[in-house]
Formats: sequence, structure tokens, C-alpha cells
Amino acid sequence: MSEKFDVIIVGAGPAGSAAAYSLAKMGFNVLIIERGKYPGAKNVMGGRMYAYALNRLIPEFWKEAPVERKVTREKLTFQGEKASFTLDFMDEELREPPNSFTVQRAKFDQWFANKAVEAGATLVPGIRVDDLIWENKKVVGIVAGTDKIEANVVIAADGAVSLIAEKAGLKKFDVKQFALGMKEIIELPEKTIEERFNLASGEGAAQLFVGQCTKEIPGGGFIYTNKSSLSVGIVIYIDRLIKKKIESHNIILEFNTNPEVARLIEGGKILEYSAHVIPETSRSGLFIDGLLVAGDAGGLVVNSGLTLRGMDMAIASGVAAAEAVKKAAEKNDFSKEILSYYEELLKRDFVLRDKETFKKAPEFLQNEKLYTLYPDFVCRLFHRLTLVNGPKKRVFDEILEESEGKRIQMFLDMLRGMRAL
Amino acid sequence: MNISIEERLGLVSFEIDNEKHIKVDTSLCSECDEKTCLYFCPTKRFTLENGKIKHDYEGCIECGTCKFACPKGVVDFNYPRGGYGVYYKYG
Ligand SMILES: Cc1cc2nc3c(=O)[nH]c(=O)nc-3n(C[C@H](O)[C@H](O)[C@H](O)COP(=O)(O)OP(=O)(O)OC[C@H]3O[C@@H](n4cnc5c(N)ncnc54)[C@H](O)[C@@H]3O)c2cc1C
Ligand code: SF4
Ligand code: SF4
Repeated sequence: MSEKFDVIIVGAGPAGSAAAYSLAKMGFNVLIIERGKYPGAKNVMGGRMYAYALNRLIPEFWKEAPVERKVTREKLTFQGEKASFTLDFMDEELREPPNSFTVQRAKFDQWFANKAVEAGATLVPGIRVDDLIWENKKVVGIVAGTDKIEANVVIAADGAVSLIAEKAGLKKFDVKQFALGMKEIIELPEKTIEERFNLASGEGAAQLFVGQCTKEIPGGGFIYTNKSSLSVGIVIYIDRLIKKKIESHNIILEFNTNPEVARLIEGGKILEYSAHVIPETSRSGLFIDGLLVAGDAGGLVVNSGLTLRGMDMAIASGVAAAEAVKKAAEKNDFSKEILSYYEELLKRDFVLRDKETFKKAPEFLQNEKLYTLYPDFVCRLFHRLTLVNGPKKRVFDEILEESEGKRIQMFLDMLRGMRAL
Repeated sequence: MNISIEERLGLVSFEIDNEKHIKVDTSLCSECDEKTCLYFCPTKRFTLENGKIKHDYEGCIECGTCKFACPKGVVDFNYPRGGYGVYYKYG
């Protein structure tokens, strides 16, 4: 290939496809290069995409996209040592407009990349981008094997590990900035899923687990309902896992045997196992001369404990990158001064604003007590409140007794939580 | 329902490359007390055999953890060549 493109996008995940789709619609000559045999072949996520960002780009996308179920039920389970306590939230208003959908990436990413192709982008799968081409300290293209392809600007949308952002000289991520997500797909009949999760046909549930399941390691478990399978998995902070000296794959293995989880997956068949790192803090620089970084490659994921958002952030950042490229093209100047408009857009929109709002969340969420003391506290308190084996005390007295010796700590953590979340 | 990591990996599809995409300079591993790779790798690709660390690139699902989590930085991480490596059917 000796052709020159206006824009080259590395990676056909949601960030890359959103950028490609937007740019192709604006009339740019766009090339997306994906190392997987097909878009989505390499990609892993828990299972739920918040609809807002994609709905702005492709209104009512769910009518054509391969989404699994519309999430209308949110569950949060605290796991104590012997007991568990579940909050079950059903909201009619999560139906219309839909708040989030469960998705499977192999299907979804192919659909989205294909939308970009329909809009006029060129997609080349099965090729790994190895390096960048530089001219006067500006990025002017990419190298893939022996191929060199030039472009006015390159968008690195190559995911959390982002070797391309490293090639661009942006600061390397550190292990503390990552969580590890592991998951499995468990096949179950549609009807069984709807019965077990108390769902109307076509609707879905998201259930998060906090406590015992991560073995005192900060993180959590999840189950998302697909059409005829469940996505079941664990997210943990890597540096804490290492300190505990527990083999990561055993944590997900044991999660399956937790009584609460075992009942939900009973009779199911594991179809696939997958894992990937998740970045928790953003890069300090998201652009240089001739290059922009979007999605996970820029660390644009927000974890507030209750919501893990990477897909919508990736899509919104891809769209913002496209807008910044448009502005640069109008001025025919792809220097970092003009491309800085990207950051301005991310701040104006929700991406960097939400990162700022939740910037203390990763630190707060790494507090071990959230995964040991509190889930256990909730479970033991409910144990006290529900058990009848003699004279009962007043509810308030039970709370005071159960929290004896922990109250100051709990109060301080609550304050921290309110500040961080 | 609860199947071992080896059985789990049997459910994952791969296009195995004959070129190693991850190279581990194990000569420095003897000086590593933590041996964290034995814990972080979700597919158990790092093993200790007769006191030596061994890394098997086949069956690696390219999660990226070893690139960041080896304390000595002896893991030279790259992705498999285009089209090779893991390919998820669900993801
Ligand atoms: C277990 C787990 C659970 C998660 N749960 C959720 C969730 O419930 N909701 C949510 O919103 N987010 C979730 N996330 C986060 C979400 O998956 C990511 O934020 C999202 O995929 C980011 O999209 P992206 O396009 O930036 O990167 P990716 O989806 O990683 O896409 C990057 C693409 O670039 C390609 N690529 C990489 N390097 C090269 C190269 N050198 N040459 C060519 N191609 C290359 C890759 O093959 C890939 O297709 C989860 C993540 C994990 C791991
Ligand atoms: S953690 Fe790194 S240095 Fe230590 S034994 Fe494993 S590969 Fe070797
Ligand atoms: S990339 Fe992940 S799966 Fe592959 S060897 Fe490294 S830690 Fe293990």
C-alpha cells in the first residue's frame, strides 16, 4: 500500500470505530487497522455498555446493533463469610430511553466496525501496527511489518496496553493503574435466565458482588445476563493481588462455587474464558504532533464502584478525536497546538469531566475494608436482625452492638467515600 | 461447572504463531524473590520448574498483565503478529 490517507486509526475497538465512523461521515479518507482476524477477536468486557454515547452517534442503535439485553434490573450483593445480602433495584425508567445494554464484543465490535466501513472507511483486519513514522518530530504515519503508510494524523485506539502510545513517547502506565478482569461465558436457556433473574422477556440484569469473592483483594465480581448466556467474572487490582500471593485464575474458579453464584449458573456450560487489563487512571498527555490517543489507550475508564464505564468513554473519546481532526484539517495544521482541541472537547463533554469527578475513586476503592469489614458487617447485622432465638433487641441497639469498636473507622470511610464517589 | 484453568483454556480459540510474541529473560528470575508472575497470569503461563521460571506463549490470551506486573521488567511484551493469537468468539 503506498496510498496516503487523511487519517489512520490503530485498533477497531469502540474508540477506533467511533472515530472512523465519524470521520468517514465527515468525508475523510480513513484507514482502520486491526490486529485481530476480525474486529472484536481480541476484546473483552464485563458485558454492559451504557447507551448514551453511542445513541448520540447512531440514534436508536439498539434497533440494528447486536445487543443482548436491555438492563432494567440492577443488583448489588454484599458477600460476608457465611451470608450474603442483595439489593435488588428494578426501574421502569431504565427502559425508555434505555440506560444500558449487555453486549458481546466479538459480535458488537464487528457490527460497529462495519458501520464505519459502510460510512466509507477502509478496514484492514489481521494486521498489527508495529511502529510510527516520524518527520521533524511529528507523527506522519504507521509501520506494519514491511508496510509503511502515511497520513496527516494517526489515532491510537489500540486499547489498554497501547504499545502505540508508548511508541509515541507518552508516559508508560504503571501496574498500580491497572485492574485485571477475568470472565467466562456460561450458556443457559433464555427462559432459565429470565426466571432466575426475574426478568421480562428481552430484558436483562447486572449483578455486582462485593466482599468474600475477591479474597480481601480490592475489586468485585459480576454477572451480566446475555440472551442465552451469562457473563460471569471478577475484576481485581493487580498490585494487591500480587501482595496477597493468590493465583488470579483461582479467584474466578472459586467465584463459581460461591453458593449465591452457584445457584445462578447451575446447569450452565462454560463456553469461553477470557481476561484483559483495565486502566483506571488516564494518561497525562493524550496528544502530540500528528497523533491522538483515544479510549482505553488513554486510560479513559471510569470506575465508581457501582458503574464500570469504558465503552461509552471510548466511543465519546473517539468522536471527540474525530472532531479535533476536523478542526486541524480545516487549518491544515496537525500540530499539538491545534489537536489540543481534543482535550478541550473531552472536558466539555463528559469524558474528562467524569474522570475528574471520580478521580479519587480508585484510591478509595482500593481500601481493603470495603471488601472485608463492610460486606461482613452488613451480613452480620442482618443475621442479628432476622434471627429469632430468644428475646429480640431494638434495631438501633443491634446496630450499635455490631458496630462496636469500628464506628470511628466506619465514619471516616464514609466521609472518604462521599468525597471520592 | 468448576473446571480447571487447563480445561478453560481448551475452550478458547487460538491461531498459534510459530514466533514467540512474549520473551522472558529468565536469567534475572533467580534474583526475583516475589515471583509475582506465578500469581498474576490469568492463564498460568508462568511456571516454576526445578527452581526455574518457564514461560509458555502458547495459550497466552494477551491480557497485558505481565507487561506491567513483572517487578524486574524482564518481560518483553508484544502482541502476536496480525491475525495470530487468541480469537474470542464471544468476548
Ligand atoms: C473484564 C472486563 C470487564 C469490563 N466491563 C466493562 C463494562 O461492563 N462496561 C464498560 O463500558 N466497559 C467495561 N470494560 C472496559 C471496556 O472493555 C474498555 O473500556 C473498552 O473496550 C475500550 O475500548 P477501546 O476501543 O479503547 O479499546 P479496545 O476495545 O481494547 O480495542 C482496541 C483494539 O485495538 C486493537 N489493537 C491493539 N494494538 C494494535 C496494534 N498494534 N495494531 C493493530 N490493532 C491493534 C485490538 O485488537 C483491539 O481491537 C471492561 C473491561 C474488562 C477487561
Ligand atoms: S516476576 Fe518477572 S522477574 Fe520475577 S520470576 Fe516472574 S518473570 Fe521473573
Ligand atoms: S499476556 Fe496475560 S495471559 Fe499472556 S502471559 Fe502475560 S499475563 Fe499471561
